[in-house]
Amino acid sequence: MAKLKINGKTVEVDVDAETPLLWVLREQLRLTGTKYACGIGACGACTVHIDGQAVRSCLMPVSAVGPDQAVVTIEGLSPDHSHPLQQAWEQLDVPQCGYCQPGMIMSAAALLSQKPNPSDADIDANVTNICRCGTYNRVRRGIHLAAEINKRGRAHE
Amino acid sequence: MSKKRVNVSRREFLIHSTTIGAGFALGMYIPLTGKTALAAEQTVTAEVPEVNAWVVIKPDDTVVIRIARSEMGQGTLTGLAQLVAEELECDWSKVTTEYPTPGQSLARERVWGSFSTGGSQGIRGSHAYVRKGGAVARQMLIEAAADAWGVDMEQCRAANSVITHVPSGRTTTYGKVAVDAADLIPPLEVELKDPKEWKLIGKPVKRLDTVDKLTGKQVFGADLQLPGMLNAAIKACPVFGGKLKSFDAAKVRTMPGVRTVVAVEDNAVAVVAETWWQANTALNALPVKWDTGPNAAVSSQTIAKMLDEGLGAKEASIGNEAGDAKKALKEAVKTVEATYAYPYQNHATMEPMNATALWTKERCEVWCPTQNGEAALQATAEAAGLSASRCEVYKIHLGGGFGRRGAFHDYVKQAVAIAKQVPGIPVKLLWSREEDMQHGHYHPITKARLVGGLDQNGDLVGMQVRISGQSILASVNPNWMSNGVDMFVFQGLMAEGDHAISYSVPNLSIDHAMRNPHVPPGFWRGVNINQNAIYMESFIDELAHAAGKDPLEFRQKLMSDNPKGRAVLDAVAEKAGWGKSAPEGVHRGLAVCKAFASYVAACAEVSVDGNGKLKMHRIVAATDPGYAVNPQQIEAQVEGSFVFGLSALLYGECTVAAGGVEQQNFDTYASMLIADMPKVEVIVMPSGGFWGGIGEPTIAVAAPAVLNAIFAATGKRIREFPLKNNDLRAV
Ligand code: FES
Ligand code: FES
Repeated sequence: MAKLKINGKTVEVDVDAETPLLWVLREQLRLTGTKYACGIGACGACTVHIDGQAVRSCLMPVSAVGPDQAVVTIEGLSPDHSHPLQQAWEQLDVPQCGYCQPGMIMSAAALLSQKPNPSDADIDANVTNICRCGTYNRVRRGIHLAAEINKRGRAHE
Repeated sequence: MSKKRVNVSRREFLIHSTTIGAGFALGMYIPLTGKTALAAEQTVTAEVPEVNAWVVIKPDDTVVIRIARSEMGQGTLTGLAQLVAEELECDWSKVTTEYPTPGQSLARERVWGSFSTGGSQGIRGSHAYVRKGGAVARQMLIEAAADAWGVDMEQCRAANSVITHVPSGRTTTYGKVAVDAADLIPPLEVELKDPKEWKLIGKPVKRLDTVDKLTGKQVFGADLQLPGMLNAAIKACPVFGGKLKSFDAAKVRTMPGVRTVVAVEDNAVAVVAETWWQANTALNALPVKWDTGPNAAVSSQTIAKMLDEGLGAKEASIGNEAGDAKKALKEAVKTVEATYAYPYQNHATMEPMNATALWTKERCEVWCPTQNGEAALQATAEAAGLSASRCEVYKIHLGGGFGRRGAFHDYVKQAVAIAKQVPGIPVKLLWSREEDMQHGHYHPITKARLVGGLDQNGDLVGMQVRISGQSILASVNPNWMSNGVDMFVFQGLMAEGDHAISYSVPNLSIDHAMRNPHVPPGFWRGVNINQNAIYMESFIDELAHAAGKDPLEFRQKLMSDNPKGRAVLDAVAEKAGWGKSAPEGVHRGLAVCKAFASYVAACAEVSVDGNGKLKMHRIVAATDPGYAVNPQQIEAQVEGSFVFGLSALLYGECTVAAGGVEQQNFDTYASMLIADMPKVEVIVMPSGGFWGGIGEPTIAVAAPAVLNAIFAATGKRIREFPLKNNDLRAV
């Protein structure tokens, strides 16, 4: 039995200790926004946040996640797709097929929380997700726009 | 006088509208009751009759537009909805869409036309009849309003879902008259708008399918959950053509969650378990023996030998011929010769192959991502051993298609074969990435030898091109060949048509020596234009340099019969600043071609440092698709096409050892990342009068533009791909 804190809620799951967090999210908790694409940490489709850090959940055994560590998935990023990245993504029509996008957004969200105003080089170094449809340039513009939206939001406070 | 439909029983045919989500939800909960989802839709949903096959309008004015082609990322769904809505004159903000099922199509004699989504056909192959569908519905709605008012319909106009009786100023909405409109006899002839009157076609409207992709709510095939569903993981013989010999199920049967281990067709084994993770873990522990057969002796080296032999072979099929190339080359003042080679590549859609099937003796249902619902239904019926009318396919969103999920429904057949062994229980089959990488239908392998001849002025007087290698059609459907010739091999090199060669060469000979290794080839986004454009555009560049001429001028001179091709080429040259100095260390390269009826060109700017490290700075691209339905989506497709084409150029290669593909996952089959991505400037320049494709053509110019820029930077002509195998340091 593993105890986890997912999107603010504590849950208990009955799985093998080696089961990757990805599959616990998808199959036990039915949070299928987090995607499987490689299973070896090479693509980023499975990216979630653990205590604010972007983590590739396909490589993370559920037993390595503590009961007090905050796991956030795409479903928990905002209640109403109002996260600045989601706003920016909507404005720029970023997704194509959309399969890589939850992971892409979660990687970008972790970057933005650490660097509110990331440079292109920051984006290159931190957003290393694969998108086979090729949304990269809109992803980059989306991250810059989200930083803008954030700044405007703060200016209004 | 209004004409009512006489045949009321036609109502039985009507499908009542559901949103995609609702239909989907129904599908999810029906199976275990044994009822069909289709029957359930008809009984459960609100009673809103369709106006016609394409359009349903609800009392609250919501417009549901039916889309037969699949959405797999290219924006086809939105573009098709724009086409219908343009003629329908409806309020775009109230538009939603739904997929009719292939079973419904079968029952209604293919009223929605083709479901096939490939060959950049989504829009260009259906624009006429979907616009007509919208126009017919509009006429029926206007007629219903005119009838209710007792006025002549000629006096009524429709705009934005509102019908106005012009003389009196009375108005009503589509939602109010839709039920009555449904009872009218559709007009046989309707006039489509002149393109000059379009209000919605040509506008950069937002996609209709974005929001759910930002929240995790969008359900892809791999995400599907049905009540009581089991999960399956599969392994097929790693050698193509090999068979399953035996497996030791006892070794894994007691592992957590495992329900059963089954043979699938004659070449694969699957573990069925409660969760996919359990199924896959058990599969990896399962001892399996294969009968690999004679193909186990095949390797990349033996395939290369086979193709090399074809390069010099006597017999070949002519694809394009003009004048006397042989004589012209003999008389040329200077000849240039080069041999190029293009490797196998995997589609590598982000979402691996998957399908969910529920089989009973009476009926079989499949939920799957597919580029061709009708073909998926066919595959289902075949594998189920039932007639198509006893089967149904529900199309689930695709996490990428790229040609992998259109002509090939191997994953559907496997899912049904597994489901047959657990009757009455839905089973979701999901391929691991490793399975996906090793059981593709690969970009075909070819080589090309090109010889060009120049006269004393440095003008091109003759050219011979010999292509040696694989035919997709010979493997996929020999019936599509004519007299044993696969004309599609000559994509981009043909004398005329949607894939015509860009240049007029007075003496020309292009032929193909078919050499088919056992590795299964497939339609890979762009298909044969990808390698053919590399061969032709690189070689034209070689000829220009050999002639001591500017590569732009050299091309222009050969394009007097190709004004539209010339226009896109000139547009990129001008915008990129061809002929003007580039930033320090930056070099330019050009490419142009016609594919899928569109004219495309690119100018790439790259630099290569002392260690041979390539940096792609900027690409200017131009597209003339005839009509541009949604310019912002065209931009997205052009940018995406560079990622697809340049990923292939930089990293894409499947090598063969012991009869199977060596690459297993994204660590050995890499893709471009955001850091590799150049700035892309897109020129959309629709010249009108024809409909060209968007999702594929630009891929073809991506690689040759970069290759020609690399030559400009380093003096190195790369002729074997991918680039990762080459040393790019300057000569
Ligand atoms: S699925 Fe985890 S990195 Fe690819
Ligand atoms: S949007 Fe399709 S893989 Fe990224």
